[in-house]
Amino acid sequence: MVGAGHNGLVAACFLARAGLKVLVLERNPYIGGAAVSRRLYDGFTYSNCSYVCSLLRTEIIRTLDLPGHGLQIIPYEGGCTLMRNGGHLALYDNHDALRREIARHSRRDAEAYDRFARDMLRHCRFIKPLLLRAPPDPTSFKPRDLGELLHLGRHFSNLGEERMYETLRFWTLSCADLLDEYFESEIVKAHLAGSSIIGTALGPRSPGTAYVLLHHYMGSIDGTVGAWGFARGGMGAITQALAAALAASGGEIRCDAPVERILTRNGRATGVALASGAEIPAKLVVSNMDVRRTFLKAMDPAELPPEFVQRVRQFKIRGSSGKLNIALDGLPRFPAIPAGSPCVRGDLHVTDSIDMLERAYDDWKEGRWSQRPYLDMLIPTQIDPTMAPAGKHYMSVFVQYCPYALADGPWTDDKRASFGRTVIDSIAEHSPGFRDLILHAEIRTPYDIEREVGLTEGNIFQGELTFDQLLFNRPVPGYAQYRSPIKGLYMCGSSTHPGGGVMGAPGANAATAILGDLRR
Amino acid sequence: MSASRYDCIVVGAGHNGLTCAAYLARAGRRVLVLEAAERPGGAAATREFAPGYRVSSCAHLLHLMPAWLLEELGLARHGLRMAAERMPTIALSPTGALRIPLDPDSAAQNLGDTDAHALHEYEARMRRLARALRPLLEAVPPRLGSRAWRDRLTLLGLAAKLRLLGRADLRELLRIAGMCVQDLLDEHFESPLLKGALAFDAVLGTNLGPRSPGSVFTLLYRLAAAGGAPASLAQPVGGLGALTEALARAANGAGAELRLGAPVARVIVSEDSAAGVVLESGERLEADCVVSSADPTTTFLRLLGAEHLDAGFVRRVTHLRTEGMTAKLHLALGRMPQFTALAGAVPTGRLVLAPSPGAVERAFNDAKYGKFSAAPLLEIIVPTAVDPGLAPAGQHVLSAVVQYAPYRVAGGWEGQREQFLDTILQTLEAHAPGLRESVRAAELLTPEDIEAEFRISGGNWHHAELALDQFFMVRPVPGAAQYRAPLKGLFLCGA
Amino acid sequence: MLTETEPHYRQPLLRTPFHERMRAFSQVDSFIPWSGYSTVDVFSTVEQEYFSIRNGASLYDLTPMVKYRITGPDATRFLDRLVTRSVAKLRPGRVAYALWCDDAGRLIDDGTVFRLAEQEYRLCTGERQLDWLLDSSVGFDVRVTEVTAEIAALALQGPCSCWVLKALGLEGIETLAPFEHRAFTLPDRVAAAGTAVMVSRTGFTGDLGYELWVDPGDAERLWDALMEAGRIRTIRPVGSRALNIARIEAGFLLPNVDFVSSAHTLRNGTARSPLELALGWCVDFGKGHFTGRRALLEEQGQPPRRRLAGLDVEGTKPAHNALLYADRNGRREIGSVTSAAWSPTCKRNIALAMVDTPYFETGRQVWADIYLNRELTWERRMVRARVVERPFFAPARRRAVPPGDF
Repeated sequence: MVGAGHNGLVAACFLARAGLKVLVLERNPYIGGAAVSRRLYDGFTYSNCSYVCSLLRTEIIRTLDLPGHGLQIIPYEGGCTLMRNGGHLALYDNHDALRREIARHSRRDAEAYDRFARDMLRHCRFIKPLLLRAPPDPTSFKPRDLGELLHLGRHFSNLGEERMYETLRFWTLSCADLLDEYFESEIVKAHLAGSSIIGTALGPRSPGTAYVLLHHYMGSIDGTVGAWGFARGGMGAITQALAAALAASGGEIRCDAPVERILTRNGRATGVALASGAEIPAKLVVSNMDVRRTFLKAMDPAELPPEFVQRVRQFKIRGSSGKLNIALDGLPRFPAIPAGSPCVRGDLHVTDSIDMLERAYDDWKEGRWSQRPYLDMLIPTQIDPTMAPAGKHYMSVFVQYCPYALADGPWTDDKRASFGRTVIDSIAEHSPGFRDLILHAEIRTPYDIEREVGLTEGNIFQGELTFDQLLFNRPVPGYAQYRSPIKGLYMCGSSTHPGGGVMGAPGANAATAILGDLRR
Repeated sequence: MSASRYDCIVVGAGHNGLTCAAYLARAGRRVLVLEAAERPGGAAATREFAPGYRVSSCAHLLHLMPAWLLEELGLARHGLRMAAERMPTIALSPTGALRIPLDPDSAAQNLGDTDAHALHEYEARMRRLARALRPLLEAVPPRLGSRAWRDRLTLLGLAAKLRLLGRADLRELLRIAGMCVQDLLDEHFESPLLKGALAFDAVLGTNLGPRSPGSVFTLLYRLAAAGGAPASLAQPVGGLGALTEALARAANGAGAELRLGAPVARVIVSEDSAAGVVLESGERLEADCVVSSADPTTTFLRLLGAEHLDAGFVRRVTHLRTEGMTAKLHLALGRMPQFTALAGAVPTGRLVLAPSPGAVERAFNDAKYGKFSAAPLLEIIVPTAVDPGLAPAGQHVLSAVVQYAPYRVAGGWEGQREQFLDTILQTLEAHAPGLRESVRAAELLTPEDIEAEFRISGGNWHHAELALDQFFMVRPVPGAAQYRAPLKGLFLCGA
Repeated sequence: MLTETEPHYRQPLLRTPFHERMRAFSQVDSFIPWSGYSTVDVFSTVEQEYFSIRNGASLYDLTPMVKYRITGPDATRFLDRLVTRSVAKLRPGRVAYALWCDDAGRLIDDGTVFRLAEQEYRLCTGERQLDWLLDSSVGFDVRVTEVTAEIAALALQGPCSCWVLKALGLEGIETLAPFEHRAFTLPDRVAAAGTAVMVSRTGFTGDLGYELWVDPGDAERLWDALMEAGRIRTIRPVGSRALNIARIEAGFLLPNVDFVSSAHTLRNGTARSPLELALGWCVDFGKGHFTGRRALLEEQGQPPRRRLAGLDVEGTKPAHNALLYADRNGRREIGSVTSAAWSPTCKRNIALAMVDTPYFETGRQVWADIYLNRELTWERRMVRARVVERPFFAPARRRAVPPGDF
């Protein structure tokens, strides 16, 4: 297994449980990929890449007994968007409280929210069974593919006529147009639209972002669909638990072991070569890296079919997100949030209109970071006591948009600092005295994320989640079932179906495909 | 008043209404076409916009009408003649021009070898894909989940046609169908001018930008509707009005009646069926069925009325995105415009001002926020170059489709039309020095004006935005996607 | 009006104007949420409260009922397009039970429509619907506003309810016919003198009863006056559990129990049409178009697949959630029970159930699979159940004009 990201570890666990001898090779001195907890500042633990959990499949957690290996996921309550005029919109778990909160802005929207939630649930129910299944190849006549197509067809037709049309429309709509069909107030739409652009090089008005919204809605915690939570101890707790589960099944992990080449002979994978020169033979090689790194960096493209290589080159992996991880000397004040409201423990945002989100995207298109970026802020230390000294706090700030390559030249330390200032200024607008609380700030651009984590262009999903890169198109049409053109070489990262987020489904599905092939 | 009975009443004598009427009449039905304006044609008409100068008032090129239709209705017999056919597209830049399809003689003019070769392959493949999609355009969309054999057979037939594409093409189609045209073009080409022109084709008349997912789809739609051939552009003698006049004659010839200046106020409903119409004058006209070529919002909410429809259906109609993003410019010119990039050649083709995909995207950006584009994109023809009868001797007309001009502009169009006109003229001047000074009269139709003049709610000539989520089985809305309204006896035949 | 002392994220539930009065009567502190308000489940014991409904006089706080004010030149046309029965035929001063459906003819909700004036209506229903109502108002010159918090309401039900209102001083109350409403003013001799009260002869118990609608500021005064007027008839407040037994006896449906609103269903095929819920009598196909009409006509043209039916179940154990079978061996499943109760008044074991064709026909015998928890040992019993007409209990007093004193 090349790469100890969460998908690689999930796949490795399933393979080890099935009796295979598994070795995971990780180039960093620590495992986890983008699901890590890092101690980058005295006494503080940062979830310095991914920061919240919802999509991790319950079936995976249970089968691998991750709680038994130390994982605990704690849901957080609600969230809030802070408005420039000092107002706010909060989301609460309690349905009556939520209704009254939305009614402060619009009575009609308060009720339309029920219809919205119901429709999102309907879409979730439709897509959930598809997540842990390999997509069929619609151009193939193989019985497996035909059978799966038929299964999908039946699943779709079970929706009933009206909902079939709704589903077709939903998958092609933009988030802004979708929200316009329910809500009238800008703040409600802006709050909900945030999830449609996370990690995505599209704006809320781009068709296809309604799906991205669903992607961030379809997780669940303990049966509550759409709930998000913290992994106790940071996101690294997930990958640490996976590593423990792997060890319990007899698997091995080696850090500081960067893989330089995937070795093949006669169209068959034979093992890997490390940067040190050491060669490790293996019957199967599974790559947790994104498709570009796997096929264009770790292999000689000449070994692959030219059309495959062309498609891999065309697979869009665009960095659009930045991250700040901030150690704070105390809890920041947000005057817009009423005292005692639990929503401060949830996700906090500062973009209060669709136009603001869209303009932030326009900046990215021009090769600049957003002047008024979308921020997704969380302070897990309010709930998780393990991540900072008592009374002090760690704040995670996810920033959309930030380009991988700036229009005016490469990233420099000055530019990074300037980007960081843009973000902090934005926060300080809503939190007086915020700057004074900052003990340390780690500022990460897509360029930094790529260098450190190994994600091409720092794209958190290992590839855009647009319609042309989903399902049977992900990552390459004809190769959407975890197999590569090389026998014995498989893909298991987020570049494969069903895509990114800390889900584990790509890893699990890849393992299923591998084990299926072995049986045959 | 007299209630003489017709089999069908067609509301609106635009090209769709007239075509529908012609076919109904040929099938033996007693048809009456009612047009509110004093002249048929709707948005495919010719009128005088300045004394002595005539122009196609909205659509100005014949592009998507299938040849078999023109033949079946015998439009040539009814007077339709072309002033130009198979017009090339010429993309203009400050430095030069690029002709598409490529001039077979001059190799790689303004285009590198790789791009020229790539264009050839790209066009071939897009043609194949578009051809496979064509049946979608000529079929009554099937109903999903329907037990009716007709629907099931249609679906199967469409799937089979797509399969016939072969694996590679089908894979490609499935891959690019949801993509944005910018990404597709970046995969194939280098030249910004070429990409700009191709991107422009994808977004012309839509509410999308080159980076909007779904813009490959709109491009494929355009190609499919054009019969898979990229350059079937034609210009009728006398403008598009000649087309609709020929259609009117064909309809008349088949026995249909046409009444002009007869705006319909509402549809008569009797026993939950459409039973005719009432004109604004109060006159009642009865018929077994009513076919409306008006846009869905007008048809369902104004002519029929929400009280005859289910609330969920009405909700879908109110959510239909119908706003236009395109303006129309008419210039009366004292002399032939001299486009620098054409180096003296007479502009007989379709000129496109879209210097790069980035320029198209930036123009789109403006429109997203309720502003007209600061650097608009233009599709220009000088119809008098091949059809001198449209203007006095030696004078000329310039007709341009302008992208992007949002229906709703911050501050309203009243105060901004002049500014926008000025911006457009500046753009033209940059490519054709001296043009401004030769302008004798100018008319700019914003989407608001288009709405008012052609009675299209929202001012979008497609009636409803052309987008994947408003297409085929869900166009205009689920429940009315098979040309039938939910009400018996009421049909739709408009864009 | 005491609605909120705490912000909504600390106290999500609102309180009705009767809350303090009810709290004083609550012996077991059992409150449940309904429509965003805190209401009483049971005050003391369900049996005692039930018998005040069937034997004396009972008070039930209706304030959480969602109420909409509908006015405008097109108000009647709007309502006629919304609900399945004719509103045009409803005269001012009358009120009618009404249903409304989605485009596919699936029931969204039921409620009551009060015609207050020519183009002024009040719509009362159990759940919020502003979204649907506003969408339904497109194309009509009508104003729809929610007035839930502006109107306090009580249900006074039971054989002595007319007597109580006469004692309260409502002149001519005995002439109020079922489904009529009238405005009254409390007379001088009463403590709540001058209070304006609208009274409708409606209710959810299938018995003699009235619903009283009053300004929230007068709520407590009205309550006190009623309690005083009905003291010798042992008037008492009742909770929703007692009411539930009465409404089952009356054969009335409860949303989310006997049907799920199509506004909430996630799965295809779980919403129900009025025809399936045996509410076809409330659908007037001849009145003109209403939302769902075409779909319902189509449904009507086909043999019914299932229907809600009343059951008389053998034995004394209520058949809660029981599956129904055509045969004693439980091989052929044909439906399930949605509501069940032992009827203290009829002394029968009754239930409402959704039953497949043709087993819903009156007189048919089916089998109910009842699970009984015997001190944590589960026993399963297949008992006979017969399909019977509803309502199970229909005393003459509920329709009588004038009604007697008891």
